[in-house]
Amino acid sequence: MNRLALFMPIILFLVLSVILLLGLDKNPTDLPSALVGKPFPVFNLPSLDSENGLLNQQDISGEAALVNVWATWCYACRIEHGMLNELASSGVKIIGLNYKDNQQDAMRWLELRGDPYVFSVFDAQGSLGIDLGVYGAPETFLLDADGVIRFRRVGVIDERVWADEFKPLYEQLKATSE
Amino acid sequence: MKYFGALVFFVWLTVASANTVDLVVFSDPAYHQRYQQLITELRCPKCQNQNLADSNAPISLDLRAQIQQLLEKGLSNHEIEQYLTQRYSEFILYRPEVNQKTYLLWLSPLLILGVGFFTVLSLSGRSVKIKNAHTSGMPDQQQVADLLDDGGQ
Repeated sequence: MNRLALFMPIILFLVLSVILLLGLDKNPTDLPSALVGKPFPVFNLPSLDSENGLLNQQDISGEAALVNVWATWCYACRIEHGMLNELASSGVKIIGLNYKDNQQDAMRWLELRGDPYVFSVFDAQGSLGIDLGVYGAPETFLLDADGVIRFRRVGVIDERVWADEFKPLYEQLKATSE
Repeated sequence: MKYFGALVFFVWLTVASANTVDLVVFSDPAYHQRYQQLITELRCPKCQNQNLADSNAPISLDLRAQIQQLLEKGLSNHEIEQYLTQRYSEFILYRPEVNQKTYLLWLSPLLILGVGFFTVLSLSGRSVKIKNAHTSGMPDQQQVADLLDDGGQ
């Protein structure tokens, strides 16, 4: 008993070290996703080109799809755009959510860099953004055919992220909906 | 008397500027206090270690405006917190609810206090023991006196 008490400080130190060491691996900017497993929020917003009238949550369900939150003021979206173009040309359905942006700037951006989106929802006020729990662009949601959010990624999608985090689930969702 | 006009002007100026400090206007002043409480207890999702009141991130501006609207709609503080946790997860609460996930967090001050209490108790118990050990090892006072008396004679 006395001997154990003697080693108590070092044991406590080691336990604390292990806890802190495990904490190092965690990303503090990674918030738990409140919306995974829930249906995509209800909305009524115009499309970016304002040609399709008002869009709502039914327009984005039907098959497995990505919803990508983007904006021209978002530097990381620039980095991500090429990857989205590639995904779109390989047949992935991507819906854009243009978030708190200037409509003309956003249209020009798509002309300049290519348009990977089936259509872009234009959320000038960021109201759908709040309903989605968006706190920074880019963010990407993976939806199943019923419009239920199955996965969410805050930050850029690159090839590694697509292969590791999205592709297996996307292909599974696509297979089950067919 | 000559400067009375100027005095009135400057007094008016301070009062007017004091009024413009507060940009959030509510239909009912009671909302204002609840608004202040909510934005100091809710955390900015983007900037990690700031509350909504201190943060100037665009998302904080939006969320403050949203809270203002929800207050005007007549939602209770609890409903507003629920509204935000449904979207931004419990991360956003600086004062999380007591539930299965958080009871350890809430109880930890008591636990640590208890551990400290027992540590102090056991340490002081040991020092008492040491003191007792010393006193029992000491020669009896009467014996000492006797010995001293003997030596004196």
